Amino acid sequence: MPVTVKTFTNTHDAAAALSSDRSARYLGGGTLVMRALNEGDISISTVVRASDQAMTRIDASGSRITLGAGVTFARILAERDLAFLHGPARSIGGPAVRNMGTVGGNLFAPVPYGDFTVAMLALDAMVSVQGGLGGREIPIDEFLQSRDRQTGVLVLAISFAKPGSADAFRYRKIARIKPKGGAVITLAAHLPVNGSRIVGARVALGSMAPTPIRARAAERALEGRALDASTISAAATAAVEGTSPGDNALASAWYRREIVGVHLRRLLSGQE
Amino acid sequence: MAKTPLQFSHNGRDVAIFVDGGTNLLVALRELIGDMTPKFGCGQGGCGTCSVLIDGELHLSCLTLAETIAGRSVETLDGIKDGPNLHPLQRAFADNFAAQCGYCTPGMLMAAKALLDRNPQPSRAEVVEAISGNICRCTGYEPIINAVLAAASGGRARA
Repeated sequence: MPVTVKTFTNTHDAAAALSSDRSARYLGGGTLVMRALNEGDISISTVVRASDQAMTRIDASGSRITLGAGVTFARILAERDLAFLHGPARSIGGPAVRNMGTVGGNLFAPVPYGDFTVAMLALDAMVSVQGGLGGREIPIDEFLQSRDRQTGVLVLAISFAKPGSADAFRYRKIARIKPKGGAVITLAAHLPVNGSRIVGARVALGSMAPTPIRARAAERALEGRALDASTISAAATAAVEGTSPGDNALASAWYRREIVGVHLRRLLSGQE
Repeated sequence: MAKTPLQFSHNGRDVAIFVDGGTNLLVALRELIGDMTPKFGCGQGGCGTCSVLIDGELHLSCLTLAETIAGRSVETLDGIKDGPNLHPLQRAFADNFAAQCGYCTPGMLMAAKALLDRNPQPSRAEVVEAISGNICRCTGYEPIINAVLAAASGGRARA
């Protein structure tokens, strides 16, 4: 069914168009919205686009990194300052999907997709949104908890502090098909160290709930401790707490619960 | 609903068409321009057989809103041969038995061309990565990988 396509040069007008029409969806790279249109999703009657250059800007020069919502995974892979995010970016799709898929769109990707968002959650990112009434910044975990209600806002950018060291950020995607495939589960951890103790541990899981979630029990097991064998065991045991995975063609909920601790142990131990 | 006029370069030739809102590029190419080389596979971005180059970059035409390519350059498999002469990649696919049913072949060739255009001498791992978004249910991939490597080592891949 034909839809109305509205293209705006600035984000304010695009956000106003989105918030005023319940059947409007923002089109970024197309990997979610065009897929829905191809499947005949009649809940979408208007497609909104914005050609604002700010949406595709990368600011990675300082300690705080900002990625415009329209930044593609291919551009992240081309950015030397974002080397710590090359693993998450490369784990998504094939080259064509990475040329199209965007950081902002990934926030809305359902299971078994949304791997980059798992990395963003572990980095405690802030999501800049523009609504009909103005702009604001939302912590990413709060954004994800209310994701179904966020379709009326325009995501402008994602920002986060750069990890203090290359070892502080870790990422692992478990897929049955290599090098490309939907996730069985996805894990990311940010483990800032003060002296020899972890301070501000963040562990994020994908495909363990309808949206990426933080493994708060595992974070508590890591917080204030050295990353030794007993700490890793405690975190691995706690990984499954608070999760609610589903069944799909890639894995059952039972299987996901069984393996999440195994893979968190490997992630924290630095095993391949 | 009113149609939208759309102009872009198709295999080096300027074209002008009218599209319905929400039409994807694959439908525009096949049904409005008559270029049947990109195929419809999954419509979800999972199979890669609709792959085309947009401004030299590999994209999935089924997930590309046609309106977004206004003023841009689209290259499909139909445009890579030189008159009656096959592109070196096409020749290598034939020589290495890299096509069986042939349905994935247009996407495989475009993904391989995108790779060789920027990296004329790829490693095997780079070829595997380059075609990782393209599904083939016949060949087991090995003949395709060998064909891309053969085209590269032949040094005949053109920009």
